[in-house]
Amino acid sequence: MAAVVVTQKKSLVPADAMQRVLAFSALISMFVVFSIASENFLQFSNIVGILLATAVNGVLAVGVTFVIISGGIDLSIGTVMTFAAVMTGLVTTTMKMPIPLGILAGLGAGSLAGFCNGVIIAKLKIPPFIATLGMLNVAKGLALVISGLKPIYFTDTPVFNQIAMGSAFGAVIPGFDIPNAVLILFIAAIIASLILTKTILGRYTFALGSNEEAARLSGVNVNAWKIAVYTMTGLFSGLAGVIVASRLNSAQPALGQGYELDAIAAAVIGGTSLSGGEGSILGTIIGAFIISTLANGLRILSVPQEWQTVVTGGIVIVAVYLDIVRRRQK
Amino acid sequence: MDEVLVLMEGIEKSFPGVQALSNGCFELHAGEVHALIGENGAGKSTLMKILTGIYSKDAGRILYKGKPVDISSPRAAQDLGISIVHQELNLMSHLTVAQNIFIGREPRKGLPFVLDEKKINEKTQQLFETLHLKLDPRTKVGELTIAMQQMVEIAKALSFNSQVLILDEPTAALTNTEIEDLFIIIRQLREKGVGIVHISHRLEELRQIADRATVMRDGQYVGTVQIADVTINQIISMMVGRAFYDTAPVALENNTQEVVLEVKNLNRGRALRDVSFHLKRGEILGFAGLMGAGRTETARAIFGADPIDSGEIFIKGQKAHISNPGDAVRYGIGYLSEDRKRYGVVLGMDVETNLVLSAFKRYLRLFGWVDNSKIAITGKRLVEALSIKTPTLKQKVKNLSGGNQQKVIIGKWLTAETDILIFDEPTRGIDVGAKSEIYKLLNDLVSQGKSIIMISSELPEILHMSHRIIVMCEGRITGELSIGEATQEKIMQYATFREAYL
Repeated sequence: MAAVVVTQKKSLVPADAMQRVLAFSALISMFVVFSIASENFLQFSNIVGILLATAVNGVLAVGVTFVIISGGIDLSIGTVMTFAAVMTGLVTTTMKMPIPLGILAGLGAGSLAGFCNGVIIAKLKIPPFIATLGMLNVAKGLALVISGLKPIYFTDTPVFNQIAMGSAFGAVIPGFDIPNAVLILFIAAIIASLILTKTILGRYTFALGSNEEAARLSGVNVNAWKIAVYTMTGLFSGLAGVIVASRLNSAQPALGQGYELDAIAAAVIGGTSLSGGEGSILGTIIGAFIISTLANGLRILSVPQEWQTVVTGGIVIVAVYLDIVRRRQK
Repeated sequence: MDEVLVLMEGIEKSFPGVQALSNGCFELHAGEVHALIGENGAGKSTLMKILTGIYSKDAGRILYKGKPVDISSPRAAQDLGISIVHQELNLMSHLTVAQNIFIGREPRKGLPFVLDEKKINEKTQQLFETLHLKLDPRTKVGELTIAMQQMVEIAKALSFNSQVLILDEPTAALTNTEIEDLFIIIRQLREKGVGIVHISHRLEELRQIADRATVMRDGQYVGTVQIADVTINQIISMMVGRAFYDTAPVALENNTQEVVLEVKNLNRGRALRDVSFHLKRGEILGFAGLMGAGRTETARAIFGADPIDSGEIFIKGQKAHISNPGDAVRYGIGYLSEDRKRYGVVLGMDVETNLVLSAFKRYLRLFGWVDNSKIAITGKRLVEALSIKTPTLKQKVKNLSGGNQQKVIIGKWLTAETDILIFDEPTRGIDVGAKSEIYKLLNDLVSQGKSIIMISSELPEILHMSHRIIVMCEGRITGELSIGEATQEKIMQYATFREAYL
């Protein structure tokens, strides 16, 4: 009996890893350029500064990577983060409950907001852009209402600040004082990466973004999984809220808006496709480091903050354009 | 191997405004390849969608292995062992072959939510081995050709232990070698006792692959034949053997020789290959062919909607440079898309605005101020001239019937002062009464000196309306017939005149 043989062309770098390779080369080039331009750039304290600056945006970006791969978007992650921070403050400072309960309140608040996003999108069929734009304002408003417009300080619980700013590394290796926030980012990223590549949730995240109708016709309960994906993103926003509260030793209710754009930019720079179906946590982490390294480097070179924003915007456009060019060639 | 797997009798199905099936019958044995054939809209796909639980039937009964069954969902069909591979492939291109095949029923390991990727790949490998298919389960579907994606769909369908496999136009997008590969797989399955339904337009394939054929026409069962006993021509006459369209006026005489449009060697990928023809003043030139033959692609290329690889277009003897639809309109070409609602009218806007949309500049005063009274005058004139049935000029187009929407589009191109009108399926989805009005309108237009290209999949329509008929197949022009010599049988022969037979 005759056999049907398929020949395939193999390339050195798989097509979907190309953007990650490009992003990583860009990050390395940035390091080279900035360290030549300023001797202060490669100082240990500055590197720690970059790492710390990446922690919050990195966690948000890891979370938003899930919804983007699933073919959706979440604009509410920044204010949901603030809402979660305020909830942590409320439980810990105002209600004087133990810190672990405060952390749970933050994570729970984030997950709940994400769950609501998922239900609104999956069940009410409201486009993700609109639904999460609504949630952006809801979370922002709730944060202000609950906090009574004022920051909540963690003055009664000095140990809370240690969650992000203490250094488990420093305790083991003296002098190597990398803050815990960075450690949390890496642990969160590894867990997220395992979820995305090894579990059923990850598989369906890709399936939804690749061809939702095909998944539905294959018997996948697409609505339930969509809700799960948004809840996962909300959980990471909650984690970002706990980190930001610990780092600032306060829950700042006015903070948060604008963070979503940096996080989405990090995911996109790292090769997550805004049309869904493609992306990786590693890419997103590289993207987040590109943004914070660029900001740091430009600051060291005394470029004003407003220009840093302009440059970040330009990089996002270039990254998306490269992605489109790559797709067109395929 | 004469066990009857499926028996469908008296199946009826209607959609709003259309009776898709009025008497659908079908019988499938184990271990046979049964071709289901008929023209576009004959009800083949609808019948199979009912068998696979995608549509529910209005009346009739289905027996599966002799027992009456109620197939209420795609899942129910799968559970019975009935699978379908759709014409539009339903795969997730970013996922691997194995991930696609096992989507929704992934094996787990240890924890209930952790995937066992190794097992998925192994099972897929085994599946491919039974099909003698050499393909790495870890390949991403997006990297495969359409033909291979189809094989993956077939493998997926079989992984449900299907005893009935329905292939909806599986060869439509394949090359000849790919079709050979597909047939190898189909024959293997037949030997294993799987009952295969092969929906196809390509009659010349039947001899290679099918044992029996059931012919459908206008939603009705026509007959079932043993392929060995009949000729292709007999099947064609079963497919087209109808006498209707008495209401359609016969094409008017046309004696002009003035050529208004000439197309030379138009090429675009595999869609258009060396398409050359000319159109005379006052002529209706019919374009016949099966779905995907390249007729719409030809129209879109002339209209500048799709870029062409090579070729020349001459308008009234002058070489035309058309790179976008705006250019085409300036050369006096209008295109009436087969998909009215998407490309033809702005549904949410009113009748008069739609009527002047393609010539809006002429309805503006200084500083872009819209001249509403001028629009109303034109609107009133066209509504009367085309007898568009609308309560007022301000009625939104979405509230009009299909036939009246089509008239609005025709009116729009009249306002734009176009001389060459390309009608793509002008009467699709329009009821019989409105159809004859549209035909009358086409005749009026050509008698006023306009020239028309009419793409239609309805052979009686083409035969009644055209002065000349061009037949396309697989992006080529395979024949040209004058109205005197054209018959449905001749057109069908040209329309299935594939590359292999050239």
